[in-house]
Amino acid sequence: MSIIETKNLTYTYPGGTKPSIEDVSIKIKKGEFILITGPSGCGKTTLCRCFNGLIPHFYQGELKGDVTVVGLKVAEQPIYELAKHVGLVFQNPENQLFALSVEKDVAFGLENLGVQREEMLKRVNWALKLAGIYDIRERTPHELSGGQQQRVAIASVLAMQPEVIILDEPTSFLDPLGAKKIFEVIYDLNRKLGITVILVEHRLDLTARYANHIIIMDNGKSVLDGEPRKILSSEEALLIGVGIPKPTRLYQMLQKDKVNLDNIIPLSSDEMATVLREALKSQ
Amino acid sequence: MIEARDLYFTYPNGVEALKGVSLKIKNGEFVAIMGENGAGKTTLIKHFNGLLKPTGGSVFIDETETTKVTVATLARKVGFVFQNADKQLFSETVEEEIAFALKNFGFKENIIRRRVTWALNLLDLTQYRKTSPFMLSGGERKRVALASVLAWKPRVLILDEPTIGQDHQQKEKLLQFILQMKTQRKTIIIVTHDVEFVAECHPRVILMSQGRIIADGEARKILTNPEILIQASIVPPQITQIFLQLSNLKLPREVIDTYEAREKLLNLLEKKAE
Repeated sequence: MSIIETKNLTYTYPGGTKPSIEDVSIKIKKGEFILITGPSGCGKTTLCRCFNGLIPHFYQGELKGDVTVVGLKVAEQPIYELAKHVGLVFQNPENQLFALSVEKDVAFGLENLGVQREEMLKRVNWALKLAGIYDIRERTPHELSGGQQQRVAIASVLAMQPEVIILDEPTSFLDPLGAKKIFEVIYDLNRKLGITVILVEHRLDLTARYANHIIIMDNGKSVLDGEPRKILSSEEALLIGVGIPKPTRLYQMLQKDKVNLDNIIPLSSDEMATVLREALKSQ
Repeated sequence: MIEARDLYFTYPNGVEALKGVSLKIKNGEFVAIMGENGAGKTTLIKHFNGLLKPTGGSVFIDETETTKVTVATLARKVGFVFQNADKQLFSETVEEEIAFALKNFGFKENIIRRRVTWALNLLDLTQYRKTSPFMLSGGERKRVALASVLAWKPRVLILDEPTIGQDHQQKEKLLQFILQMKTQRKTIIIVTHDVEFVAECHPRVILMSQGRIIADGEARKILTNPEILIQASIVPPQITQIFLQLSNLKLPREVIDTYEAREKLLNLLEKKAE
């Protein structure tokens, strides 16, 4: 059963001359780790805003077609109702943070849900630790670096333990090791708690390995939708100009050179190393 | 030439951001400064155009100490594009934005017009000449900020995290642009976390951690040294990670980009087939 489904979804921002997303029909299953990618301005962020009700409740404009999230029709539900089920981490963390301390920011969503104090403390501390910001819980979010602010925004959403987490380039300001750790935390929650993850990213080198479903958008349309190994090794993906992971590119190049390699298309350096180890051994 | 001699900088709130940094960057060099969040990268580059003045040690731009000249004088030589382009933009049209600094520097009207046209063209912005910068996408706004700095033709160009939020094609364009600037003998300094980008453009890498330089050398040497990278919270490029995992099979270690990886592997795999 789909946890998110859109049917012929088309949306135009107020004053816009053409739709930002056009005729998008996709299905996302419960427990999937979805990667949404595509060139800047292709409509990824707009699509995510349809999943938590920011469109049409906050952004006016013209919406056609249907969006259903956890069985609720988004157009008919208020944002606070949707927020119980869907958490969104914005691209720019500054837009999301407002409280006087990191801890209060992370607790805010739970307070609104009316969670008991004990339970709230437990969940806030859990989220602070997962995001690696327990030590700075008393600092003011606005004094923090972009990377630390991103961690706060992520913790705020994790604390809610929603069924669906949407992350829009959530680690762009973090150093590579910091980003990797955050992605691993999210991947872990996806596998262990079955939380559906929707990740918007350009940097497929860092993220393709976690996904079991990928959607590539171009010019407002969903143009490729399916299994990551198949999609990322397709000519179409290369032509649209998404950043195919380097190990996948290397594999494709060697195959064109007629090197005999295992049929499993690698998405990460670990997988490519395994492919090469086998190829070197069998010769 | 840019030179830092035993540079220290402590912010008014007591944070010691730089603890004894010494380096020389020659004219025409292409340098990537890398390091963990809070390593002191941005603090360091703000010393190169005089935005910050050392609390200890000294910084020289072409043998002039930065404390002896105004930021405006240094800005003629050293152009700076901030991490967040929005902090840099304020004019009503892209054209005015690009012309602003040129006017301040006192260029003549006809030269301003020519330079603006040149910069718009170079960064693919001609169609937005009369558009408000705030109507543009994040990637486009970054290009406007870059165009407005390039227009006054500084000899040194400093870009703070130029690849954040940029898609694959924009990164390719940025890479082409940097290579073009290099052929014009401009000094280019980028601050970045983006190991994949650095692996493609082969600059000199200065690796910082906790306010100090911990390694300085060719990208090929630094990015293939996981022990030193980890101290700066950097992960080796994907291609390097493949080769590091196979090092017991006598594969070379110092490989950072896809094309050289293909060359090296073709040799090996073909040889074995014979």
